Amino acid sequence: MSLEIYLDLFSQPCRSVYIFAKKNNIQFDYKKISLFEGYQYSEEYGKINPLRKAPAIKDGDFCLAESVAIMMYLAEKFHTPDHWYPADLQKRARVNEYLSWQHSAIRIHGSKMLWFKLLIPKALGVEVPKEKMDNAVEDLNASLSIFEEKFLQDRPFVVGDQISLADLVAIVEIMQPVGAGVDVFENRPKLKAWKDRVREEIGAELFDEAHQGILYCQEAVKTMDPKKLEHFKPKILKYFLS
Amino acid sequence: MPLELYLDLHSQPCRSVFLFAKLNNIPFEYKTVDLSAGEQYGEEFGKVSMIRKVPVLKDGDFILTESIAILQYLVGKHRTPDHWYPADLQKRARVDEFLSWQHTNIRAHGSKVFWFRGVLPAVTGSPVPKEKMDAAVEELNTSLKIFEDKFLQTRGPFVVGDKISLADLVAIVEIMQPVGTGLDVFQGRPALSAWRDRVKKEIGVEVFDEAHKIIMNVDALPQTFENKGIPEFLKLKIQKMFN
Repeated sequence: MSLEIYLDLFSQPCRSVYIFAKKNNIQFDYKKISLFEGYQYSEEYGKINPLRKAPAIKDGDFCLAESVAIMMYLAEKFHTPDHWYPADLQKRARVNEYLSWQHSAIRIHGSKMLWFKLLIPKALGVEVPKEKMDNAVEDLNASLSIFEEKFLQDRPFVVGDQISLADLVAIVEIMQPVGAGVDVFENRPKLKAWKDRVREEIGAELFDEAHQGILYCQEAVKTMDPKKLEHFKPKILKYFLS
Repeated sequence: MPLELYLDLHSQPCRSVFLFAKLNNIPFEYKTVDLSAGEQYGEEFGKVSMIRKVPVLKDGDFILTESIAILQYLVGKHRTPDHWYPADLQKRARVDEFLSWQHTNIRAHGSKVFWFRGVLPAVTGSPVPKEKMDAAVEELNTSLKIFEDKFLQTRGPFVVGDKISLADLVAIVEIMQPVGTGLDVFQGRPALSAWRDRVKKEIGVEVFDEAHKIIMNVDALPQTFENKGIPEFLKLKIQKMFN
């Protein structure tokens, strides 16, 4: 029975799972879904992931959500090279530390940029108020500074000499605001050098393929019908403008 | 050199780490960090962690933040009983799945309700606007429903099945946060109440209550601020919450 992986590459956690599986030559049935179309709310998808989010996997009868959990599962099941999720107690702790911290930091702040710069103006026809935008940019900058000063420091990768799940999860999240038109690498030479290193380790072709959609986002949103974002309105109003 | 744990039991992730260490008889030196006095912004704590949050673990020269990472580290180092973080691939994945999901769901929403009910009024002297409060409580209710429907009901007495794991431990400390402000989230939720009773029993009522004593007395905060003053970081944080 095959492994099915449900992905929409606009989503950061989908990109990390996609890259991880491809890089490690894990055979899977690529189930392409569209979050913009609202497939996550379908009855069909509800059976795969009742949390109604992507990514999700279905390995035989076993369904699993949450990209971090998925990658740890795949790493263990397919015995991927140690550096991705080191067996060494302290190195593994460093990866776990980053994977935990990022949920409420870079992930949230980076995601917000896509919504604030592109999707909210498209959906509601109004720009986000300046003060809210400035706060959001400030939050993202603070997270990026912590990433550089605490998680990277003067190491080539988060844990040391080799790439791990921490770098993979970090890069896909950091690319999200880039897709929204925010150049996070401007005035951050250390971050840029790390990004180039990570892209090379992953493989430029695979990295670029995974990010093609998000990097085209600004163009795509220009021609998008605002009605497509109707089902996101409650979320937008609740989370960002209350 | 003994293990040091930097804790303030007002904080949910501090409680899960505290309980886990106690339950597994892991010896540690308890280092208090008084969040209501802003100690996390002091020079001394800054040497421990530049992120300025708790809990923090210091094991010799090795310093580690993030409760999830700390719990996983303690599991590995002290070879705690398997049920806490099962070696079985699928069971472990279930624990990981919950530990990932909870950050921006139960944790975020429970924290917000705690701030809105327990902290903001103590600092500003006024209640949070009704619309904001209602929205926060609604989000918490949504998270609790997902917890019951997806993480509990489908599998058994505990999140992963028959035995308590890190998932239950992290869940209970997060769910207790709004309870401390007088919002009884267990009322009208028999499945959640039953689970809470099971978890409390597994942990041990005495140590559970010890860990939650501070949060259950959070209405003492206004007096604390009157006595010690309101730390600057708190005023700024609250200002930002309403922008």
